[in-house]
Amino acid sequence: MSDKNKIIYVLVVFIVIVSFPFIYNKVKTPTDVNVKLNTPVIDNMTVKQCILPKEQMRHEHMKILNSWRDDVVRGNHREFGKIDGVMYEKSLQLTCLHCHSNKSEFCDRCHTYASVSVYCWDCHVAQKENKL
Amino acid sequence: MSIDRRQFLKAAGATGLLGLLGSPLFKVLAPGELEASPELKEGMAKSAKRWAMVVDMKAFPTEESYNKCIEACNKTHNIPQMESEKHEIKWIWAEKYENAFPDSYNGYLTESIEKMKFLVLCNNCDNPPCVRVCPTKATFKREDGLVVMDYHRCIGCRFCMAACPYGARSFNWRDPRPFIKNINPSYPTRTKGVVEKCNFCADRLYRGELPACVEASNGALIFGDLKDENSNVRKTLRSKFTITRKPDLGTFPGVYYVIGGS
Repeated sequence: MSDKNKIIYVLVVFIVIVSFPFIYNKVKTPTDVNVKLNTPVIDNMTVKQCILPKEQMRHEHMKILNSWRDDVVRGNHREFGKIDGVMYEKSLQLTCLHCHSNKSEFCDRCHTYASVSVYCWDCHVAQKENKL
Repeated sequence: MSIDRRQFLKAAGATGLLGLLGSPLFKVLAPGELEASPELKEGMAKSAKRWAMVVDMKAFPTEESYNKCIEACNKTHNIPQMESEKHEIKWIWAEKYENAFPDSYNGYLTESIEKMKFLVLCNNCDNPPCVRVCPTKATFKREDGLVVMDYHRCIGCRFCMAACPYGARSFNWRDPRPFIKNINPSYPTRTKGVVEKCNFCADRLYRGELPACVEASNGALIFGDLKDENSNVRKTLRSKFTITRKPDLGTFPGVYYVIGGS
């Protein structure tokens, strides 16, 4: 059993290497994603509000967009509803991007941070940016 | 216990028959079962039951007049202009009489008809073969007669292209974006690997607008609800002799043609 110490050293080194990414993520302070909300349309709003509560959009926008896509394409139910007398359509391109015209600072920053790659933009076009 | 060949074959036959009876195969092959889309109960502009179009060829005096319709469609729907004909994407285009109406071609047509190009597009058939063959139901018929595509669901198998007798579907062999001159940001583009076609401007109809080609046609394309007796389409069909493309196939196209006459 003369190799006992060697084995323990190697084992410790191995565990440290394997667990490093997990520990690193726990310890480091998260950097600010710095999502920007100051587009011309949003700046001109008297009451700055989304069509749904902020928290809900933050956590469920992907589910909402997914159900919108089925509603619109398969069911042709395109109306989201009226807010303050304005009718909103269930549309990524026409509704979401109308206000959030800064795709790279709004959508991309968060998606890049979370390492999420979405394929929405393969077809849908960001309103003004058009960097294709 | 031994079994002779006769017994074995009998048993095998009986088992096979039982399996067939119990299998969902019959269900799958039953006509109508593969027709998709139960949807569209509400919405839609608004109560149309069967959208249809009449193409009045007399009202297209020059090539320019129908090119306007084609251009309007291309612009509205971000249709790429491919370099190679093999990769061509077309929603509405012009064909010679013999290609558009091969079963009523006689070889001795009037000169004007022989020279004429006919605007052709997806017929949004009553009985669309493309819908029947689509394995993912990416293409489906809505209750208002439109045959539409769900590009999210298309797997690019191209069965629909093989089934369509009018060649009205195109496949995106390449990423179309680099081939679109001016992208219309209010309509999505498509991606490589999906099939696309004319959808009678389903989104414009929803907003109460006419299809882009109809709007640009200066009255040569007439659009409306076939089930509404007072619609423009019905009025035209009542007053003029019209034909459809390949009527023998029983697809019942939703696009009618006024070829000549008074």
